[in-house]
Amino acid sequence: MKRRNFTKFATGLGLAASLMGSAAFAQDDTVRIALVVKALGIGFFEAAAEGAQEAAAELGNVEIIYTGPTDTTAEGQIEVINSLIAQRVDAIAVSANDTDALVPALRRAMDRGITVISWDSGVAPEGRQLHLNPSSNPLIGNMIIKLAADQLPDGGQVALLSATTTSTNQNIWIEEMMKVMDQYPDIEVVSTVYGDDLADKSYREATGLMQTYPDLSAIIAPTSVGIVAAARAVEDAGKVGQVNVTGLGLPSEMAGAIESGASQSFAIWNPIDLGYSAAYLSYMLATDQAEAGPGAEIPMGRMGTLTLDDNSEGAMADPFVYDASNIEEFKDIF
Amino acid sequence: MIRRAIASREMILLGAIVLLLGVIYTRFPGFVAPNNLIRVFNDTSPLILLAIGQMIVILTRCIDLSVAANLALTGMVVAMLNAAMPDLPIIAIVILAMGLGALLGMVNGVLVWKLQIPPIVVTLGTMTIFRGLIFVLSEGRWVNSHQMSAAFKAFPRSTVLGLPMLSWFAILAVILFTVIMSRTTLGRAVYAVGGNPHAATYTGLDVGRTQFWAFTISGALAGLTGYLWVSRYAVAYVDIAGGFELDVVAACVIGGISIAGGVGTVAGALLGALFLGVIKNALPVVNVSPFWQMAISGAAIIIAVAFNARANRTRGRIILKRAEHAT
Repeated sequence: MKRRNFTKFATGLGLAASLMGSAAFAQDDTVRIALVVKALGIGFFEAAAEGAQEAAAELGNVEIIYTGPTDTTAEGQIEVINSLIAQRVDAIAVSANDTDALVPALRRAMDRGITVISWDSGVAPEGRQLHLNPSSNPLIGNMIIKLAADQLPDGGQVALLSATTTSTNQNIWIEEMMKVMDQYPDIEVVSTVYGDDLADKSYREATGLMQTYPDLSAIIAPTSVGIVAAARAVEDAGKVGQVNVTGLGLPSEMAGAIESGASQSFAIWNPIDLGYSAAYLSYMLATDQAEAGPGAEIPMGRMGTLTLDDNSEGAMADPFVYDASNIEEFKDIF
Repeated sequence: MIRRAIASREMILLGAIVLLLGVIYTRFPGFVAPNNLIRVFNDTSPLILLAIGQMIVILTRCIDLSVAANLALTGMVVAMLNAAMPDLPIIAIVILAMGLGALLGMVNGVLVWKLQIPPIVVTLGTMTIFRGLIFVLSEGRWVNSHQMSAAFKAFPRSTVLGLPMLSWFAILAVILFTVIMSRTTLGRAVYAVGGNPHAATYTGLDVGRTQFWAFTISGALAGLTGYLWVSRYAVAYVDIAGGFELDVVAACVIGGISIAGGVGTVAGALLGALFLGVIKNALPVVNVSPFWQMAISGAAIIIAVAFNARANRTRGRIILKRAEHAT
């Protein structure tokens, strides 16, 4: 303990020395929060950074460091995290490329007194203080079938277009969706097909669905590549108005499909809210205003309160629904 | 004799496709309806275009693994261009796509020709470079449907004489390259260089330069396909057509184009691509478990290659009849 205090003192001196002359002494009490994303240049994460900046502005003395590797690898993120440890940031909020690979690096960060949380894509419990899920699997499973059912008051046939057969997220969401199917007695799920997150294969699978089930009323695609390709297939088959494409997608990618009518509505978490919450939670923990642990309730500003479960995980909110009424506003954001 | 053997191999493949359609018919009759067959052909057109380019490269004893990355890079460039300048006429975009594709192909060609690096290494490298360049150019962002102009998206699907433009491009390429491969000096040089490089050198052909042109043609076709692909699916991102180069090589191998070079025809590439295209389009409708689909595609490729290996075994030419009988 003594030793750590000494190191802190020494680096404090070093920091002070390095800041000498730059008149930046005031920065000492600034809370520096690093938002580490899966890869730079992805619209979703850019929007999350925007949300984090919003939280920073609201909280006042916060500096957001938006960073990440150039490709979605765990190795790249470990390098980024190591350099953040060297920079002695106050908090690291990471969307991980690998559940386990980042744990040693993040533990090192926590040993040095840095607050570590994961958001969007989680880290194993021993590598972080809490994990912020954009939504929960049951909420998503319920949302995707609700989106389809809302357009089908008289019931009908729906089919699922997923990513790969081994995609963990998609499989869990579909499983959760099946659990609530008894609430929708008139909706029949006729088939589940896999587009492997490739535009051409998803397109073919969607076309195949419309051929095999001529009375199909909706295609639910809980994957961003699949939903766009399915919408395209519906447009090309001349079935706009007959087959509704819905599921999870990004507003910028789905704007065309909403405009053509191939998709009535779809959902995704709001990345702005997600970045905002991640930054807010990091701040609360880094400034010791809250403590993470099973059952803890941590405030996150305008998003309400995050309640943690036994694994110190919490869900932010229901997925956000996008349709013709708000697509114009969001299509340029992410 | 040899010509007849090749012709018959293509007949076998054609028979296999017809047989395949017959099997699909028993499970899903709607698949062989003329409208659906046109749709399948249209869906296979990008594969046909790339397979023809790949065939020419393979004929010269090379291989081009960068075609899908070339397609993706060219597609991204024209999509970004269209987003920035929606008024640029489509004909300019098509020419630009082919030009850029050809340029990227030339990079492969020059490395193989002047630096004599093995083609598989060169194109593996450029494959990664091209994908990386897309990332640099787009900063990882997608170019989406609503950013593209209506004309840009409508062109490949506009119908002429009952067929979409996308299909016409494939048909034109088949006709054009059938003529080039059998009636022009370049076409014959490609066969000569692949069949026996040493003999080709002695007859005054520059092996490297022929390979260079083969890569250029493959690149130009990949570039053209890049535009068609991006406008068809109305989206451009880093990973489009990921892994498609393997389909292209598979189509060539199924079509009886010898990886050892010098043997193969445009008709073979066309049929090989169609064989794969029929399988890819039929699997979603014949109600096969997705877990089996990949295994089935793979098995079809191996069976086709096994057929070709058998056909190739009898390829040796008998020069001395008497010596043949003696052994």
